[in-house]
Amino acid sequence: MADVAIGGTLLRRRGAPLRRPVSAGIGPGLSVLYLSLLVGLPVAALISKSANVNAWSFVWHDPHTRSVLEFTFFIALAIAVLNAITGVALAWVLVRDDFPGKRIVNSLIDLPFALPTIVAGLVLLTLYGPGSPIGVNVAATRVGVLFALLFVTLPFVTRAVQPVLLSLELDVEDAAACLGAKPLTIFRRIILPAILPATLTGAALAFARALGEYGSVVLIGGNIPHTEIGSQVIANLVENGAPQAAAAVGLALIVMALLVLLVLALVTRRWSRHA
Amino acid sequence: MRKYVLRYAVLGYLVMLLAVPVFVIAYRTFAHGLSPVWDALSSHAAVNALELSLLITAIAVPINVIFGVATGWFLARRKMPLPWLVNAVINMPFAMSPVIIGLSVFVLYGRTGWIGTYLFAHNIPVLFTWKAMVIATVFVSLPFVVREVVPVLEEIGTEQEQAAQVLGASALQGFFRVTLPAIRWAVVYGTILTVARALGEYGAVNLVSSGFVGQGLTLPLYVDNRVNQLDPTAAYSAGLLLALLSLIILVGMTAFASRRRRQT
Repeated sequence: MADVAIGGTLLRRRGAPLRRPVSAGIGPGLSVLYLSLLVGLPVAALISKSANVNAWSFVWHDPHTRSVLEFTFFIALAIAVLNAITGVALAWVLVRDDFPGKRIVNSLIDLPFALPTIVAGLVLLTLYGPGSPIGVNVAATRVGVLFALLFVTLPFVTRAVQPVLLSLELDVEDAAACLGAKPLTIFRRIILPAILPATLTGAALAFARALGEYGSVVLIGGNIPHTEIGSQVIANLVENGAPQAAAAVGLALIVMALLVLLVLALVTRRWSRHA
Repeated sequence: MRKYVLRYAVLGYLVMLLAVPVFVIAYRTFAHGLSPVWDALSSHAAVNALELSLLITAIAVPINVIFGVATGWFLARRKMPLPWLVNAVINMPFAMSPVIIGLSVFVLYGRTGWIGTYLFAHNIPVLFTWKAMVIATVFVSLPFVVREVVPVLEEIGTEQEQAAQVLGASALQGFFRVTLPAIRWAVVYGTILTVARALGEYGAVNLVSSGFVGQGLTLPLYVDNRVNQLDPTAAYSAGLLLALLSLIILVGMTAFASRRRRQT
């Protein structure tokens, strides 16, 4: 197999200059142009817009912006932790349990990815807002924001853990059970180490999503300063004609997300080196 | 016993967070029968919002599918300059808040932006028109097709493509008759995800839209607008329409999810 692959590479490399003359660079060039025009250039414009001392001093000194950024960070952290627990439980039930309608439940998991965020917000507002049929009104509270974020981040951990659980060998667990390990010990010593990297990855994705979420929280947040998260501050700043400050807040959010993802990458790398 | 506790706890969580809310919105929409729903959906503003959503989707999705397949192919088969940077750029829309994406388009095409300066000088309106909304939508939905196509291309290897080449097929023939059929389900799946995102995008297009009812609102923006104008029937009707569209998309996702990684 390896020989074939090496031979194939050689064949392609040797043939390449003959078959693809000057035109060879055009295709990749167009792709790079597409990416830089549509993603690179706007992001560069955003960064250059925020390169302004006044904008950053606004982010640092404005009490409302600061408290919103703090709240955004902590609620995103809470979402990551809650999702790690519920996501593993969901994946467990979907992989190891069996009940009628399991396939429907399995495809229901993807609903938050398919449903437009504003509809997710509307849907939650109908059930957990004023006039709630079950008598729970959390509209315009931080609990409402938590509900909306839990809704939109539901699939991340589940979908990351599911394939890992599926690939686990049951023999190992049986062996552990034969040797007298209790179910909890088996979970802690055998299953948890295997699914931990996937759980962390899913939780990090949920964190990043919660940090930047907008559509699902605007309706249930009720448009009051107390429930605002980062994205809403950005939108308000743009509406009030302060795009520079908005760009600075935006970059602050991106840096926050990148830092968490970086820490996670370092932890996973170190952890896998030990294993 | 423990098994049942966990099962019903998990199912209960799902039901309260996902199933019941979606059911309640369907119930509320039809609380006063069919005709108010029909009136709300056939109003000028609602029809306009649907048309704008479809227009944006019809432009943004082909762009991302064509360039997405091409970019994925170059990433997997040819040497891209600075592949790590290309990968980072492709994943960027997923790491950024849609509002920040909207803001970066706003900044670039605004009156003092790098492109906006030129556009405003020559009286070409882009910001606050459907054009800026298309640009923002292309940005947010860019990664889906590329990210579906690259792993499949890497998995199927190059033997078949080389066989085609040896047998005298041109690069284009090889692509359309060998590579594309092999990755078609990945392309279909990525396209479904792109359509879902393009139809449902709210945050990014909100920032670059004029916000005028009956002119500058997509369907998700219209839902928000109706809620704020205390017009629940119209909001529920438009919301349910979007929910139905995403239900179709969900069925498509489920149907194609298992096929996309399997070669034929």
